Amino acid sequence: MAVTTATPNTEVRKDDPNQGRLLRKILGLLPAYILMVFIAALIILPLLWMLSTSLKPKSQWFTQSIEWIPRTFTLENYQKLFDNPATPIGNWFFNSVSIALITTFLVLAIDSLAAYAYARMDFPGRKALFALMLLTLFLPGMMFLVPNFLTIANLHLLNSWGGVILPGLAGVFGVFFLRQFFEGIPKELEEAASIDGANRFQVFYMVVLPLAKPALATLGILTFLGSWNDFLWPLLVLRDPKLQTLPPGLRTLQGAYSSEYGLMLAGAVIVAVPVLLIYIVLQRYIVQSVAATGLKG
Amino acid sequence: MATRTVETTIAAAPTTTAKSKFSWTPYLFILPHLIFFGAFVCWPFINGIFISLQRYDYLRPQQNEFIGLSNYVDLFAPGTLTFNEFWDSLKNTAIFVIISVPPLVVIPLLLAVLLNGKIPGRNLFRGIYFAPWVLSVSVVGLLWWWIFQSSGGLLNYYIKDFGFDPPRWLSSLPWAWISILIATVWWTIGFNMIILLAALQDIPEQIYEATSIDGANKLQTFFQITLPMLRPVLLFVVTITIIASFNLFGQPFLMTGGGPPQANGTLATTPVMYRIYIQGFVRPLQGSAAAMSFVVAAIMVLVSYFNFKIFRQREDQ
Repeated sequence: MAVTTATPNTEVRKDDPNQGRLLRKILGLLPAYILMVFIAALIILPLLWMLSTSLKPKSQWFTQSIEWIPRTFTLENYQKLFDNPATPIGNWFFNSVSIALITTFLVLAIDSLAAYAYARMDFPGRKALFALMLLTLFLPGMMFLVPNFLTIANLHLLNSWGGVILPGLAGVFGVFFLRQFFEGIPKELEEAASIDGANRFQVFYMVVLPLAKPALATLGILTFLGSWNDFLWPLLVLRDPKLQTLPPGLRTLQGAYSSEYGLMLAGAVIVAVPVLLIYIVLQRYIVQSVAATGLKG
Repeated sequence: MATRTVETTIAAAPTTTAKSKFSWTPYLFILPHLIFFGAFVCWPFINGIFISLQRYDYLRPQQNEFIGLSNYVDLFAPGTLTFNEFWDSLKNTAIFVIISVPPLVVIPLLLAVLLNGKIPGRNLFRGIYFAPWVLSVSVVGLLWWWIFQSSGGLLNYYIKDFGFDPPRWLSSLPWAWISILIATVWWTIGFNMIILLAALQDIPEQIYEATSIDGANKLQTFFQITLPMLRPVLLFVVTITIIASFNLFGQPFLMTGGGPPQANGTLATTPVMYRIYIQGFVRPLQGSAAAMSFVVAAIMVLVSYFNFKIFRQREDQ
């Protein structure tokens, strides 16, 4: 407040007394605040209710009055989920983590190599390949569903992690994204390294990659989220219930427990919590990367 | 934004020390990506054309048969079941695009404007509004399916509490669409909001200062300065929102199962992507599904093209 009184505010007319100005400012912000809090509540309440119901015993899923905080906390819904061999959620969790981590690592490795060549090397076919990649951005993913499924089936990769992971490595977003970043790195650093006798790969690995850590982190987060959340492709490829990942697993829960809402919601919490935690910790990077992709488009 | 593009084009000029000598090195760098790009983007495109010209069932490959353009003809021959199902689902997609794009642009714009002021706590609000975007469609679908349940749902509890008779949200019209729309708005508004907020912050402060001296009020400033300045980004946001809504699949798949069924035998909330899924993975009609995919892709490319043209035109003015 001391600051407000000390520095004259250009937005407000000068003849206003300081106290009135402050009061006005607060009153002026009040409608905006009320609206913002209201919308924030609409966003958060469904998630909170999901969490709260997943921690309630069955007798309290449907109550006469809405109880946001469970009268009796219980982990029995989670316990039942883990105990039921028809819904091996422990396996699904392990599969999801493994597939997301492997995909993220491979995407970073493959895309950064390609992006470096497209950013810094000249070779016959470079422009044509780049234009081709750009064109495919306009095609809907659903187009590739049937033929890619047949490819995976012909390669005998149905019901395997490979069948889920490999098509995900074909994306072009990461290549475009990293290329953009690599182009912003001063060339002098790379030239200095070449003069010292490093070959192209050494320059890439020892000079460029360490400088590109922020971009790699951003792409890594987005890839991990995308892989963790992917629903349709693993649903099609992983038919064996034990091999499923969490998102298609949730659909299995929806079918297996027709009105056991507490169990289904416990499953949804298990899928949602890891990404929400990642989001809370890395919020700034995730938000920035979305803003950046928007502005580049 | 214009300056950024210029910078990147200059930076894009490749630097090769040995331009005269041919080298395999660049190809080794791009090879891993190129293999997967070829196998899972280029090949399915070509293979998709072949499949679309056959009566194709991957479980009974010995019965596959080349049938020329029949799969496409079916899509354009009125009266066939495929024709009815395909165009009805395309109509459903159009309904969703029309009802979803306005709220998915206007609400994020409102939020972005609210957050653009120097309000304490804005980062917290921004973080909350964007949060649902990081969730899987399966979580979103399950959560809202449960909320809209007729019995035991949060929503109907409150509606009954206020003395109203709640509708059967997921199995009657127009409520099934409204449920899908609410779930989608809740899930995705944060994304457009972030893009619009970044664009708002790019508008130079001096422009606002100039108008506040002229004595324009906030509403006038918004319509006369902010909105015109945002126009290119808004058109970009509209375009990507149309494409995203066109791709609607998971929400009806998880919430309404494509229903409710209509008197004429069609399903009311089955969008075209769901129809392709049914054709290719529920029924053994992969050839027909591939043909549908190509027609839908052509429509989407056309829509994107026209949007892009409008976007360019406005920018040139």
